[in-house]
Amino acid sequence: MNSSKLYNAVFAAGISFILACLMIGVKLDTDSTVLAVKGATAEQWAWIIGGIAVVFLSQLFSTQVDALFRAIPKPDIQALLPQQQKFATLKPWLIAAIIVVMMIWPFMVSRGSVDLATLTLIYIMLGLGLNIVVGLAGLLDLGFVAFYAVGAYTYALLSQYFGMSFWACLPISAGLAATFGFLLGFPVLRLRGDYLAIVTLGFGEIIRILLNNWTSLTGGPNGISGIAKPTLFGLEFNRRAKEEGAMTFHEYFDMDYSSSYKVIFLYLIAVLLVICVIYLINRLMRMPIGRAWEALREDEIACRSLGLNRTAIKLSAFTLGASTAGFAGCFFAARQGFISPESFIFIESAIILAIVVLGGMGSQMGIIFAAIIMTILPELAREFSEYRMLLFGLLMVVMMRWRPQGLVPMKRPNLELKQQ
Amino acid sequence: MLQIENVNTHYGQIQALHDVSIEIRQGEIITLIGANGAGKTTLMMTICGDPKASSGKIVFEGEELEHCNTPEIMRKGLAIVPEGRRVFSSMTVEENLSMGAYFRTKEQAEETVQYVLKLFPRLEERFKQRAGTMSGGEQQMLAIGRALMSRPRLLLLDEPSLGLAPIIIKQIFDIIERLRDEGVTIFLVEQNANQALRIADRAYVLENGRIVKTDTGANLLTDESVQKAYLGG
Repeated sequence: MNSSKLYNAVFAAGISFILACLMIGVKLDTDSTVLAVKGATAEQWAWIIGGIAVVFLSQLFSTQVDALFRAIPKPDIQALLPQQQKFATLKPWLIAAIIVVMMIWPFMVSRGSVDLATLTLIYIMLGLGLNIVVGLAGLLDLGFVAFYAVGAYTYALLSQYFGMSFWACLPISAGLAATFGFLLGFPVLRLRGDYLAIVTLGFGEIIRILLNNWTSLTGGPNGISGIAKPTLFGLEFNRRAKEEGAMTFHEYFDMDYSSSYKVIFLYLIAVLLVICVIYLINRLMRMPIGRAWEALREDEIACRSLGLNRTAIKLSAFTLGASTAGFAGCFFAARQGFISPESFIFIESAIILAIVVLGGMGSQMGIIFAAIIMTILPELAREFSEYRMLLFGLLMVVMMRWRPQGLVPMKRPNLELKQQ
Repeated sequence: MLQIENVNTHYGQIQALHDVSIEIRQGEIITLIGANGAGKTTLMMTICGDPKASSGKIVFEGEELEHCNTPEIMRKGLAIVPEGRRVFSSMTVEENLSMGAYFRTKEQAEETVQYVLKLFPRLEERFKQRAGTMSGGEQQMLAIGRALMSRPRLLLLDEPSLGLAPIIIKQIFDIIERLRDEGVTIFLVEQNANQALRIADRAYVLENGRIVKTDTGANLLTDESVQKAYLGG
């Protein structure tokens, strides 16, 4: 134990003492009309002193504490997965089983959990979209939520002003978001890394502020409410049909009305959309364009030496990522029935990025897992109220410390060497 | 095959190439030697259109290149092995090669893969291995193989011997000679003047952005001033 350790410990304890005294030790209270400064109670002082002692000791014995933490075995997620070859034969069955379970499951659980699952599916879609841009093409995008907003507002506005249906708006939303991705792509093509991140961050804010201030069109901070829910071949899920002569779902099938039908229907749409998105992106990744994205991430100069047009490749990644977000946004607007610029703040972008990084860049499986964790954990920890965001942050720190490559790192199908 | 006539290239205000003229004929190995900063790589990059020549003419098989952009030029039948190998390190050898044949059909690509693997048997052993885990020499072979995947008629090589062991350098140069015998024209930029001049049909010496000497490879090897400057004689 050398003197620098002691110095560190004293310094840390001093800082905690000052902070604790300021934040807990003194309190301003209204005493009828005047403000009075109150000291802490004896019990609080005991806690403060205890806390300072912990800080002091942990600094003093930091090496031993570190060694103790290192001794905790790291969870070996790889070992939990079935073996490679067995996995390959099981895969189609496994996928079929998962899809069947996902279809049946909502009929057996509460409305709240189906709703949460729907939200998770939205985040999976967003994560998969951003994965193209960040994970595969290696373009750090901090304003991804902008495309999500474009998709959501496209549907909300088209539905409000022109009464268009969800199904018609779905491709339009994706297309419009893709157009925005394309337009953003042009000016930022020359940028890389940090610079690109800043520009996309700005773009995200521009879209949000525009939506917030263009009151005549978007309703500004009041948002747009009463967005039509999706229909099943024209059958509504309301108690009574909105239009004269239209049928509702429960009337058509001669069932009693239940509000949970609507929730389950939305969930099933989300499942369908996610399956479509996974399938499409999976195909894209195996196509030459998917390889070109990765090649561009690896080495731009080599890509150019092979005659690849980096403008086209970057634009295609941006556009496809954005269209996926537009897809998700359109569904989000339909599910919520109400959207406002509040839903598209920077923290959303950060969460989507966290999903991609936590899941393992480029890996679809990892992103699905990470999206589930990132949406369900804050809900589970709801009883911790204000501490839940703290726990959430802590989880991310721990994750990155233990598995910096992500939950399920990207694997190439033909990476393994055959052992003879 | 490739004529470079009075090409000047600037980086902003700084002029890197002064009236450079080079002629490359079908089936030759042309070597360009020069000290660090002489403009060798700049010349090579100018052929590829990045940076663009500020004046002069670059004609490849009768087509003027100086107004085309890089991706267009790279699809015209010439290929470059960039300095420092630059393989896609997290991709397998197979994927690296398939990136080289991005603009060709699957059948053409498969045929060329067989050709490249015959040229570099080492790559066949490592076919499914990640490029980043291979040795420098193997990576250089992969970089050359990847460039050959587009079946170029003219191959530009930028310092293929950089950072390699002498025995590997010898192998690489053998391959370069073999490629020439198979009809690929080669433009080689090298610091390793001794070996590069030995295999060259003709060679140019670049100094401070100017061509100061041109002759056959053998003549330059015995040239006194070249020996003094580049061969340590």
